[in-house]
Amino acid sequence: MTDTLTKTIFGRLTWDSLPIHEPILVGTFIVVALGGLAVLAAITRYRLWGYLWKEWFTSVDHKRIGIMYLVLGIIMLLRGFSDALMMRGQQAVAFGSDQGFLPSHHYDQIFTAHGTIMIFFVAIPLVVGIVNFVMPLQIGARDVAFPFLNNLSFWLTVAGAVLVMLSLFVGEFARTGWLGYAPLSELAYSPDTGVDYYLWSLQIAGVGTTLSAINMVATIIKMRAPGMTMMKMPVFCWTALCSNALAVAIFPALTAAFFLLILDRYAGTHFFTNQLGGAPMMYWNMVWIWGHPEVYVLVLPAFGIFSEITSTFTGKRLFGYSSMVYATVVITILSYLVWLHHFFTMGAGPSVNSFFGIATMVISIPTGAKIFNWLFTMYRGDIRFELPMMWVVAFMLTFVIGGMTGVLLAIPPADFVLHNSLFLVAHFHNVIIGGVVFGLFAGMVYWFPKAFGFKLDPFWGHVAFWGWTVGFWIAWAPIYIVGLMGTTRRVHHFDDLSLQPYFIVAAIGAVVILIGILGFVMSIIMGFVKRDQLRDTTGDPWEGRTLEWSTTSPPPAYNFALTPVIHNLDAWYDMKTHGYQRPAEGFRPIHMPRNTGAGVILSGLAFTLGFGMIWYMWWLAALSFVGLFVVAIGHTFNFNRDYFIPADEVTRTESQRPQPLEARA
Amino acid sequence: MRRQAPNLIGHGLRLGLLAMSALLGGCSRDVMNPAGDIALQQRNLILFATLVMLLIIVPVMVLIVLFAWRYRRGNPNKTYDPGFDHSTTLELVIWSCPLFIIIALSAVTWTSTHLLDPFRPLARIAPGKPVPPGTKPLEVEVVGLDWKWLFIYPDLGIATVNELALPTNVPVHFSITSTDQFNAFYAPTLAGMVYAMPNMRSELNAVLNRPVETTGYSSNYTGRGFSDMQFRLRGMAPADFDRWVAGVKGSGGGLATQAYIALAKPSERAPVMHFASVQPGLFDRIVNACVEPGTPCQADVMHRDMQRAGGTAPGSAVKPAAPAQPKPGDPHHRDMTRADPSLAPGAVRAGHA
Amino acid sequence: MTDRALEPGENGAITWHQVEEEHHDHGGGATILGFWIYLMSDALIFTSLFAMFGVVSGNYAGGPTSREVFELPLVALNTGFLLASSITFGQAIPHIEAGRVGPTRFWLAVTGLLGAAFIAVELSEFAGLVAEGAGPQRSAFLSAFFTLVGTHGAHVTCGLIWLVTMLVQIGQRGLTTDTKRRLMCLSMFWHFLDIIWIGVFTFVYLYGVIR
Repeated sequence: MTDTLTKTIFGRLTWDSLPIHEPILVGTFIVVALGGLAVLAAITRYRLWGYLWKEWFTSVDHKRIGIMYLVLGIIMLLRGFSDALMMRGQQAVAFGSDQGFLPSHHYDQIFTAHGTIMIFFVAIPLVVGIVNFVMPLQIGARDVAFPFLNNLSFWLTVAGAVLVMLSLFVGEFARTGWLGYAPLSELAYSPDTGVDYYLWSLQIAGVGTTLSAINMVATIIKMRAPGMTMMKMPVFCWTALCSNALAVAIFPALTAAFFLLILDRYAGTHFFTNQLGGAPMMYWNMVWIWGHPEVYVLVLPAFGIFSEITSTFTGKRLFGYSSMVYATVVITILSYLVWLHHFFTMGAGPSVNSFFGIATMVISIPTGAKIFNWLFTMYRGDIRFELPMMWVVAFMLTFVIGGMTGVLLAIPPADFVLHNSLFLVAHFHNVIIGGVVFGLFAGMVYWFPKAFGFKLDPFWGHVAFWGWTVGFWIAWAPIYIVGLMGTTRRVHHFDDLSLQPYFIVAAIGAVVILIGILGFVMSIIMGFVKRDQLRDTTGDPWEGRTLEWSTTSPPPAYNFALTPVIHNLDAWYDMKTHGYQRPAEGFRPIHMPRNTGAGVILSGLAFTLGFGMIWYMWWLAALSFVGLFVVAIGHTFNFNRDYFIPADEVTRTESQRPQPLEARA
Repeated sequence: MRRQAPNLIGHGLRLGLLAMSALLGGCSRDVMNPAGDIALQQRNLILFATLVMLLIIVPVMVLIVLFAWRYRRGNPNKTYDPGFDHSTTLELVIWSCPLFIIIALSAVTWTSTHLLDPFRPLARIAPGKPVPPGTKPLEVEVVGLDWKWLFIYPDLGIATVNELALPTNVPVHFSITSTDQFNAFYAPTLAGMVYAMPNMRSELNAVLNRPVETTGYSSNYTGRGFSDMQFRLRGMAPADFDRWVAGVKGSGGGLATQAYIALAKPSERAPVMHFASVQPGLFDRIVNACVEPGTPCQADVMHRDMQRAGGTAPGSAVKPAAPAQPKPGDPHHRDMTRADPSLAPGAVRAGHA
Repeated sequence: MTDRALEPGENGAITWHQVEEEHHDHGGGATILGFWIYLMSDALIFTSLFAMFGVVSGNYAGGPTSREVFELPLVALNTGFLLASSITFGQAIPHIEAGRVGPTRFWLAVTGLLGAAFIAVELSEFAGLVAEGAGPQRSAFLSAFFTLVGTHGAHVTCGLIWLVTMLVQIGQRGLTTDTKRRLMCLSMFWHFLDIIWIGVFTFVYLYGVIR
């Protein structure tokens, strides 16, 4: 009787679900718990709860949401990177009879979690965060098209991230690889909670990403400042537009694939099973229809960041702006036509394979054109090698290699020997680290003074830069080589002792990258400590060219007191050369959206829904599901969603902001 | 300069090939040091494509460093031209350089993908050595089990676990399937990899040119025992191979329904096993998920479904072709979405009690 | 207005700011556009489900075939309900635009009743199939059928909840800018589901019976 009752209440959650027998996890838990307690205590001690809730958690200000996305992405980067360190450590020691320090049960969760976290909870939040912060400023808008939706998207992503983190300490994570391929991810082969954690966290975060993408597309199309035609829009906004339009077009395929897998696991259907007519290959198709364009969803904004930085630090307009835009659009469209190259070796015909192979190579044409455009922006420029520009050069040198190995893998017969090998793993780390991660760091260094009013500490910034760039090659060159030797991925231990030196070098490279990551964290901390020295009083610390540098750092809540009018691609450069003066009067009341806690509540319910489903606590899932509807409908009855900042308050705020040109003089 | 270019490229190619083989060679499991003709062609393709791409990658990398150095702010002797943001000629060059490289690579891709299609019967055993007419390839049936490889030699009537022995310079035709998971049959020195998938039958044509002792893998993660799911790949001179076959025939038991069901149970680090005899038609029953007595074969189920649904069964409309010698490119032979129904009748039921 | 802002001001100086505060409407055009984009992404979910159905639509696995399970007369009735509901929603549109609360509520209520009838018929169809042993667990074909049709039905149910919510909000606040905009989105949503249903009807039911 009590047994049934416990089962009804707790589903399959028992004391055994807590991994108290795994010393690494217990240690991690103690560290996380102590750290978490310290943070909570500090917040309570300094009475920050009200401030955080009112000013941040419930905020619908795109700048604050963007910053929160970045904080989430950096925290998750630390988690995803500790997974990477453990994998590199394991593979460096597990040779011959030594099985390494991780049992395969744990190791398999780690490589799954690493991929999942790095893509969904690091790369996506960091990209979305930068787009969120920068794009509305660049187009001269006061906020995004749907400010509340923006807040909700963020918190849904957080709900997904919390579920993934929870799987460390309650139950376990998937042991399937980061895409959860069927039929391995079916209930028959993965009966425990791992795949359910995977599916629900990504499904919840995926809704957030889709909503955010819709929001950004609508913002860029509808809310540009007067005069900013599409072809006068900064390249970063173009890449943000293409990236988010692409996200809208691909996430449904992933949502559908996960939805069908959830049905297989919970309702006993036969979509991807081996029995009764299931078609597991369809799962591979659906996840890769999402998966390949997703690379471009991430890398296009990074390309945009590089474009902005190159133009700023060479003191030139971007070379070949329109060809840059066309290249971006072409990449967006082509990226949808190449997914099959992820399984050439499944036996599609040679004509099909050639088609997808050649389509993949064709992408390298616009990408190559972009590289040349940056190159010729540097040509006859006046290049200031500040940190963002260093990241750009490092990116160009690293990324072309990744692009080359990518084209190599796109040739089907070459893929027949290199697919699923560590060469492939090295390739995609080369493009994702060399392209996306370098771009994100460049962007964070570049726009940090805009967001906080002071620059990052340059010394630690250099540590971060050299740690990442040098560490990257130490870590991945050996992996390329062992890949060419036919070493496959996701292997827990090796028999061939001749491979060990390569993996030891790779592990050293990972440690050097760790120095880079810690250097970045230090550059934030030391930047804050030395903020008075590093203060940006002008709003334009880098001699920028686009609109975000025309307002103060950090910008006021309303971004621009008067809606700017654009005449030129490099709008702010245009204003500066014409001796623009920021007006001190003549303001009108500004219409602003009001903060709301609905996003936090809805995401909390999404979290409990996911948790209930994962642990078969049906009552909790049902309550949360109903709760979601009730709160969402209740929110639609709140018509009091905006307010006006009175004109004299705007005048007062504006009078306290230094004039950029005066400040410089 | 221009007239010399092809010569230079030729030299560069040869030099590069040598350098890269030297750099990456030496290990027996090397992709760069193949023992089979298909793998050799794949390796040469990799090297060729790499060199073609380096034609553009190297100049670009040099230019990046050069421009970054020359146009730095600290250089007093540079030209600063902030107005230089467009040049139609340059843009044409920018777009056409990668375009030409990709056109060249696309041509190579198209032909090599067709020539090296794993389903395509071999045309040659080694460079300049065509397959003698009338040669019947050695048939090997590969089954990815949890977590070991089963190899059935239907013509020889033997089977092995985790050991694949092949006579050198004899074309081999693999039929590949799996019981539960999506495995990938990966023999880097032989011919790369092909997925092994439940209820499906993929194929691979390859040949081994010299005696080797090396390793093959499952390269697609399949769970707990995946890391040890390896097989010994042994190339032997034909006489040695015959001796090996005789040895297998003289040892061990037979592989019939019950023995297979026991074998198919998940196990890790399975040792090499030999079976002196194999029940005929076992592979087709594995593909059709009907080894277990009393289970209907998928091909039959689908055939009946089609008849009930009022359509024509896919197999019935097509004249039975000789499965061993498929025409290259015939779409019927590569229907990977389901088991080939034309194989099921006859062969399958022979094994049923 | 945009064009005028671009022209030089009175002194020939360049205009850097929009003098009149633009009515920065967070709803309006952006909402309709955003909702369109949402519908497109939802359409892609349905596309994926259609593709899945297409791949496994012949995989009966020895279970019932499409000819054996589909009852066209019932489906025709159902289709009639849904198409009629789109027409009745269309009837409401001029009243919404003109701000006439009474007729708007009447036509919306009729639309809701037709939608509820659609759901009721669909549920009875599902219940009948499950009772015959032709539930979603029987074969990949039936899994895909139940999921595709069921997902559409779930959307219609959400539409019904939305519709009832709107009836209440119109009752409370009348036809304001906000409620009108929401009704326009609901109308798009409703017609979208109609179009999806036409796809389901042709591709799943008709093709399933004649194949």
